Amino acid sequence: MLILECPCCGVMADETELSPGGEAHLKRFGPGSTDQEFEAYMFARKNPKGVHFERWRHAYGCGKWFLAARCTATLEVFGTYPAQVGAPPQDLQDKIKAKRPEWKGFQ
Amino acid sequence: MTAQPRPSKRYSVFALAKEALSWHMGWEKAWASPAPKKEYDVIIVGAGGHGLATAYYLGKNHGITNVAVIEKGWLGGGNTGRNTTIIRSNYLQDPSAAIYEKARSLYENLSQDLNYNVMFSPRGLLMLGQTHHEVRGYLRTVHANTLQGVETSWISPQKVKELVPIINIDGPRYPILGALYQKRGGTARHDAVAWGYARACSAMGMDIIQQCEVKGVTSAGGVVTGIETTKGYIGAKKVGFVVAGHSGQLAEMAGFRLPIEAVALQALVSEPIKPCMDVVVMANTVHGYMSQSDKGEMVIGGGTDGFNNYTQRGSFHHIEETLRALIETFPMISRLKMLRQWGGIVDMTGDRSPLISKTPLGNCFINCGWGTGGFKAIPGSGWAMADLMAKGEPGPLAAEFDMWRFKEGRFIDESVAAGVAH
Repeated sequence: MLILECPCCGVMADETELSPGGEAHLKRFGPGSTDQEFEAYMFARKNPKGVHFERWRHAYGCGKWFLAARCTATLEVFGTYPAQVGAPPQDLQDKIKAKRPEWKGFQ
Repeated sequence: MTAQPRPSKRYSVFALAKEALSWHMGWEKAWASPAPKKEYDVIIVGAGGHGLATAYYLGKNHGITNVAVIEKGWLGGGNTGRNTTIIRSNYLQDPSAAIYEKARSLYENLSQDLNYNVMFSPRGLLMLGQTHHEVRGYLRTVHANTLQGVETSWISPQKVKELVPIINIDGPRYPILGALYQKRGGTARHDAVAWGYARACSAMGMDIIQQCEVKGVTSAGGVVTGIETTKGYIGAKKVGFVVAGHSGQLAEMAGFRLPIEAVALQALVSEPIKPCMDVVVMANTVHGYMSQSDKGEMVIGGGTDGFNNYTQRGSFHHIEETLRALIETFPMISRLKMLRQWGGIVDMTGDRSPLISKTPLGNCFINCGWGTGGFKAIPGSGWAMADLMAKGEPGPLAAEFDMWRFKEGRFIDESVAAGVAH
């Protein structure tokens, strides 16, 4: 069972307390964008076998959204961080890079 | 490369009698395991049901037999060996009904066609209506199916009880209000489907190469030229990716992205018990489905996890949710012990319908996105994919399932139609 630390309320929450919200750091496209941009925003996903940045909501806790870095091949959790950022924090990226030297980095 | 003997004997009661007289020492291997040749007309990546069916219909319908089927693990070891073997075609949208009904009708004669017993059992399938909303949805599906030429009907709670004596139709939370009934839906032996296709492909002279992982895709001038594998480079005029959960990895090697996310879906079986249910029952409101295997095990499936996952194992609480729901509907299973649980990686698209499509790379084709319902589609999927690969353009079955439908907004929206993963 996945256990994630909610960065908003500090609780170690197991996955029955959380709702998954899909890939994090998507750049939104709306009116005025091209069809390709809108399709990529709506449907195309990185879906990596490895390091994945994703959204979670502490649904049966504080109710807040947060982000997590997790490995989809081993379910290892690298860390969680607040949602109000455009990219994963540098210290978390460094930590992942140290554990997974083959990781290509956040793109 | 040493030439390996290919299957040549027909399976029949006479063959069985003849072999019995010689202590069953004369049976040959069901398929050859040759080393890869330098080049093929067609390479199919993925020796699961869909990949093998594609190869089979390339040979049978289009006369293309210089084909290799490449498999990272072992034949039929992915989702083909990990599903709940349900076969049905009661879909709402026309393109889905067409391809799933094609598949279901091919299953009817598949054992004779392949000369391999796939144990297709059209025992009947019920989708329970347990809310008024669901009842309205299924009535709409019955009308749609009538127009599509798919035989389904709406049956009363009393008829449900007659067909499934172990069911509790009175609730407490979700009483049975009726069911969408497909009389010719049912189950088949999942491994036998892969094995039967593999044997037939091998007999046609195709090479099935197991434990051979694709490491890269080569191209020249925007057209695919071959694949790099753990058994060396293999050239190909055409390549088809039919790898379900790992489609994204292959697409990345070929230089394009897919509207797909990989998640885990679980199933489990109980200890074997005496025959108690001879139909397939799906309860989509509470999200569980169940049938009884020939061995007597209750075969149970539920929902997918909500997060990306490649581990072929799922979250424990999903098992609990599924069983909690099914115990309400089938009180007698409450004291059954569960024997085995397993997970498969399913490839979910944005509209929960598959891709059978050309790709941005020339002569490279993809068949994926079957999500949680791939097994039932195997023969139809292979038929449509073979058509696409042989002609280079999709036929009527595959036409709507191209990957550009997401850009153009032509969804085949079965997620809304079913209201559930399926």
